Amino acid sequence: MTINLLLSRLISALLVIFGVICLVFLLLHMVPGDPVEVMLGESARPADRAALRLALGLDRPILEQLFSYLNGLLHFDLGQSLHSRQPITELLMQRLPATLELTGAALAIAVITALPLGVMAALYQGKKQDSGAMLFSLLGISIPNFWLGPMLILLFSLWLGWTPVSGRDAPGALILPAITLGTALAAILARMVRSTLLEVLHEDYIRTAQAKGLARSQVIWRHALGNAWLPIITLLGLQLGALLDGAVITETIFDWPGLGSLLVESIQKRDYPAVQGCVLLISVTYVVVNMLTDLLYSWVDPRIRIGET
Amino acid sequence: MGFRLSLAILLAWALAALFGPLLPLAPNQIELAQILTPPSGSELLGYDDLGRPLLDRLLVGARISFSVAFGVVLIAGSFGVVVGTLSGYFGGLFDLLIMRIIDIFLAFPGILLAIALAGVMGPGIDNLVIALSVVGWVGYARLARSQVLSLKQRDHITAAIALGSSEWIIVTRHLLPLIAAPLIIEATFGIASMVIAEAGLSFLGLGVQPPDASWGSMIRDGARYMLVAPHMVMVPGFAIMLIVFSLNLLGDRLRDKLDVRSNRTE
Repeated sequence: MTINLLLSRLISALLVIFGVICLVFLLLHMVPGDPVEVMLGESARPADRAALRLALGLDRPILEQLFSYLNGLLHFDLGQSLHSRQPITELLMQRLPATLELTGAALAIAVITALPLGVMAALYQGKKQDSGAMLFSLLGISIPNFWLGPMLILLFSLWLGWTPVSGRDAPGALILPAITLGTALAAILARMVRSTLLEVLHEDYIRTAQAKGLARSQVIWRHALGNAWLPIITLLGLQLGALLDGAVITETIFDWPGLGSLLVESIQKRDYPAVQGCVLLISVTYVVVNMLTDLLYSWVDPRIRIGET
Repeated sequence: MGFRLSLAILLAWALAALFGPLLPLAPNQIELAQILTPPSGSELLGYDDLGRPLLDRLLVGARISFSVAFGVVLIAGSFGVVVGTLSGYFGGLFDLLIMRIIDIFLAFPGILLAIALAGVMGPGIDNLVIALSVVGWVGYARLARSQVLSLKQRDHITAAIALGSSEWIIVTRHLLPLIAAPLIIEATFGIASMVIAEAGLSFLGLGVQPPDASWGSMIRDGARYMLVAPHMVMVPGFAIMLIVFSLNLLGDRLRDKLDVRSNRTE
């Protein structure tokens, strides 16, 4: 991996992050609706409104506000929560680990179920196993997580009593949220593993591997899937956004103390600086992971090490 | 196999949405004696925690989900197609600017931004449509742009230019009809994801406000009574799943029929 490549990726990622920050700020400030009115209610006295406006800095021109926000960001200062008076960075750091844990587990579940399912579907193309796997996949895409979650709670927590209903402390608490969040990704991934595998199965090098007497499993997992890693990694990088989207709802269902539930709580408490902080941190995480995916990509496939050609 | 069934489901959805107001529905009528009554032959889909009929609420919710999904796809889709087409056709500085904006939007988890926007604007259906449209146009813009880019060197465009056709004619007569197929497929999947998004935002309390019914808020209300009245969650959930499943199936079919490879990765 060359330094040049690394550096250019880093710079473009920083630019995107800068753009993301500005966009979040401007969109949240420019959409119709007055946060002060929403916070205080329509019957608030004009003097109170003016005081809150001043306290939030909303009386200043928007670019000036953006500038001072960016300035604060350089010192990791995202302002103060209107509700708990805590610094928002502190609030975010308390919640970040739970979200990382949840998305990591969901990702693992997705990969573990999707790989065998996709391989099976491809090997038995057009047969029962294939249509079964594809039906599962279509179902997985169609079941919204805010429905799957409650159904899983009903079955495994309330009826069978195997798992805790909510929270993060009890043992096994991670299982249901991770399944809820990972199912859609597993469904998409299984489809893709299938189609990638179908494309390579008729290639010459697969026939060669078979001809030299390699075991079937080795042909599939080493030779055929070896070429499927690239699209899989790309897909995972792109789907991470959907995973983070889903985390907001999943965390709310299970009372999982992560960034997503913090976002929803902050919206309900009309704590705008905190809303902004959550959106910012989640989006920046997404950009950073995508950049890492990009780098991993070029590490997996030597052809893409652009700098070396 | 299940294709006709899913078409029938979508038709029922559309009919319920379009003609629901003509039916004598009483989604907010409270029958105290019926609180939490499960579905049965005489009570149809049963009643919720306040004694309101779930069937009526389901049909009213169909109208919400239908109009939000089509509304967002129509607004976001037409804005995206116009921007993407212009960007691809004229190129230059404008294209560069649009591409940067698209890149930045794509760097977001989309629904997250919509949730935050809807939260800041305050709950309500119109705000929900605005929030989802602000986030949703990017996909259509990118698709339209890449399609136009791949088409504009074609001979028939060159011929049209040589014949002196105006740019308006070239774009509307010679480009847009050719990119319609992939856009229709994208829109079909788009409607499916907007049905989920509307219900999801309503589930979070950002869509319709009580006492009005939306499938998402019905699931949220029902989650509290899951042990005693699981039908409150199951009924709207099945409805969402059937619709989204049918739309995805339709999208797959269209893609096979129209033989368009999705060029999502550029």
